[in-house]
Amino acid sequence: MAGPMKMRATLAGGYTDVRVLMTHPMTTEQQTKGQPHFIQNLTVKVNGKTVIEGEISQAVSRNPVFSFRLKGGAKGDQIEVSWLDNKGDTNKTETAVA
Amino acid sequence: MMQKRRGLLHAAGALLLAGLLKPMAALAAWNKAAFSSKTSAEALKSLGTPSAEASGGILIEAPQIAENGAVVPIEVTSNIPGTTSIVVLVEKNPYPLVAKFEFSEGALPFVKINAKMGETSDVRVIAAAGGKHYQATKEIKVTIGGCGG
Repeated sequence: MAGPMKMRATLAGGYTDVRVLMTHPMTTEQQTKGQPHFIQNLTVKVNGKTVIEGEISQAVSRNPVFSFRLKGGAKGDQIEVSWLDNKGDTNKTETAVA
Repeated sequence: MMQKRRGLLHAAGALLLAGLLKPMAALAAWNKAAFSSKTSAEALKSLGTPSAEASGGILIEAPQIAENGAVVPIEVTSNIPGTTSIVVLVEKNPYPLVAKFEFSEGALPFVKINAKMGETSDVRVIAAAGGKHYQATKEIKVTIGGCGG
């Protein structure tokens, strides 16, 4: 079920701009008659250190796109984003700051 | 003697299990009570932030009119020094709490998400900084059917 993820991390004058796309149905209770399927947790790591932890609900749109900003940063920093949904599916993607 | 050894093994096994399970549970922390709340007041109570003072330091960038309630871009920036978390709620959604982000050293208190909105509603953002809570709201009109009203 875990579809592909896409991520881009670029230096933007003093901070690093991270954009990540997750492929996920993100269905709600209303849409599924009480069997929602949505991402609950996401984690952003820089060079192995957790910097952002998110908890999200079924009200986040299908195939969610998130933007984050990291202090400073340098070319080559390793960014990792992972998610976990309410059915135990999980996925992650890594990229280097360009 | 055999009895004792068996007991010891069980105890060791239990300890090992407890040790293994704990970090897993911590990884999957998800505030079910808050996310199942049907009003934002209840959700905020479950998050431990029943009150927050209004602040101009929280910027909410979002369209005034969203034609498609299924994808409403909401961008939040906190200019309050020492912001450690940002909470986004859509007041009139069946479950108002949309997202909560915790920022550690290295991250800026900024986030952009796409949210679903059932109808025209206030979007409320709560930021925590230095043990205090601040909030800002912005109304987003939703045109269901996407006719651009």
